[in-house]
Amino acid sequence: MSLRTEPVTMNVGPIHPSTHGVFRMRVTFDGEEIVDVEPVIGYLHRGSEKLAEERTYTQVVTLTDRMDYVASMTNNQSYILSVEKLAGITPSPRGVWLRMIAAELQRIASHAVANGFLINDLGAWHTPLLYMLREREKILEMFEMLCGARITNSYLRPGGVFMDAPDQFWPALNRFLDEMPNRIDDIERLLTTNEIVLIRTQNVGVLKKDECLNASITGPVLRASGVDWDLRDKNPYDYYDQIEFSRPLGEIGDNHDRFLVRIFEMRESLKILRQCIENIEPGPVRPKEVPFLVRPPKGDSYVPIESPKGELGFYLVSDGGISPFRCHVRAPSLINLTLLREMVLGDKIADLFVTFGSIDVNMGEVDR
Amino acid sequence: MFGFGLIKGLFVTLKNLVGPTFTVQYPNKRVGLIKASKYYNKNPFSLFKSHPLEGFKAIVGQAVIKEFPDQSPRFRGQEFNWFEDRCTGCASCAKYCPLGIIEIVTHPGEKNIQEGTSYDIDVFDIDIGRCMFCGICVEACPFDALHMGSGFERAIEKRENLVISVDELRSAEKRPSTWFRPQMEKSSYEPRNEKIEDSHDVGRHEKPSKEELTKRWVNER
Repeated sequence: MSLRTEPVTMNVGPIHPSTHGVFRMRVTFDGEEIVDVEPVIGYLHRGSEKLAEERTYTQVVTLTDRMDYVASMTNNQSYILSVEKLAGITPSPRGVWLRMIAAELQRIASHAVANGFLINDLGAWHTPLLYMLREREKILEMFEMLCGARITNSYLRPGGVFMDAPDQFWPALNRFLDEMPNRIDDIERLLTTNEIVLIRTQNVGVLKKDECLNASITGPVLRASGVDWDLRDKNPYDYYDQIEFSRPLGEIGDNHDRFLVRIFEMRESLKILRQCIENIEPGPVRPKEVPFLVRPPKGDSYVPIESPKGELGFYLVSDGGISPFRCHVRAPSLINLTLLREMVLGDKIADLFVTFGSIDVNMGEVDR
Repeated sequence: MFGFGLIKGLFVTLKNLVGPTFTVQYPNKRVGLIKASKYYNKNPFSLFKSHPLEGFKAIVGQAVIKEFPDQSPRFRGQEFNWFEDRCTGCASCAKYCPLGIIEIVTHPGEKNIQEGTSYDIDVFDIDIGRCMFCGICVEACPFDALHMGSGFERAIEKRENLVISVDELRSAEKRPSTWFRPQMEKSSYEPRNEKIEDSHDVGRHEKPSKEELTKRWVNER
């Protein structure tokens, strides 16, 4: 005999510890099973794209910090690459190497946060998260040495970076590179073979290859589904064409694959950092002829980069003035969020938060 | 075997339990005798002579010392540092501020200052309640007159008090950050421990000669 029940519609969020910011899901349950999910976004909308139209090209860098506030260095990088293409600026080699180092450090920090909060959503109360945040703390301290701020960096400028790395940065980076592989080993020993994590994440939130390609998903979520697509490899920007690294691929595309892909990418980022340190050479970090007030000719530009969350690009239109005529952001978090319904349909209520955490969305970037 | 992964993970937590801590007990830390005497820079016996109360507290491990987190010299802190005799009143900082929170009022002055023409400052208000500490005003300053500060302890009760006035800028302690000031970085300068009084020490430029000025502003135009 089966009991017939009515489906119940419930609001999750906007203020909820598991929604990683202010995000609301209107979820319909049939008992414990999820029947329908409707994401409601826009609670953190600040109008950054519109604000960019009345600021000069250098001032907009401060706005990009606040879009994806867990990975502001890569946001800066994407915006600066767009401006350089628009204005025809050739960056200084040392500046490019420095911003690649900054971007790879930021990728490790962002993946650490993503994995830590994923495990936190599973219910492992803060222990693995704090191990991850401890490693992130070292990276943030290095950012403070580089640019004087930990999260809102504003480190990059058109043509390179604004200042060379200080003397104490290089020993700190080398110490970090020596320690970090052991720390990742620790994290893997703690979590990868943990039976509770395996039961909760394997074959949950499965995303097929075709669905990913259909919805233009990018980043670790796409690679976890088995598609070898990384813009650092396919469409190299900066000096990524001079660097060798491998791209980890998942098989099924479930939450555990996404977790593993991020762990492997942290290791690959360490490899890239070592190659950057080998290749960097002394010189100016920024060409002297680049003015403080960039005034690009008429035209538009779009340079996508591989941010920790996926393909991030700034579409800039210039009318020849000192500020962009139009600025549009292709935010990976927003586009990866569109398949949330397909991922969680038919799962249990507790898996909803795990799957949502495994996409690694950042609400500051979704709403901008 | 089911459960083996859990046990392996517990060894990692055990390792971290006995390992060194990385937490900073800001602002106060309770320590014993050895660390307290190191903090006051004395040997334990003379600590009892000079600070008897702290000495007795230190025996039971309750002496209170200050502990700050490590801070980079480039840290963009709250109190802006302003060197009046370097400032020409050009208001570049006010123009380049993304939020427009700097207000400058000047009048032509008689005083001859280090570089540029002479303008006296009447009003130099920085509303740090709206400031986001991006440092673009400091980057824009052509004469190195404005610097970021290095402090971060400025909690106050009223929003009006968050506006830094020109008198406050004149009388404040000068502990400038090395953000966008590479000339200060070479001398291994630490903003937390050192003060700068002389405005000559913070300059990036030599004063240009008359020939250079003519070449730059007359011949090349």
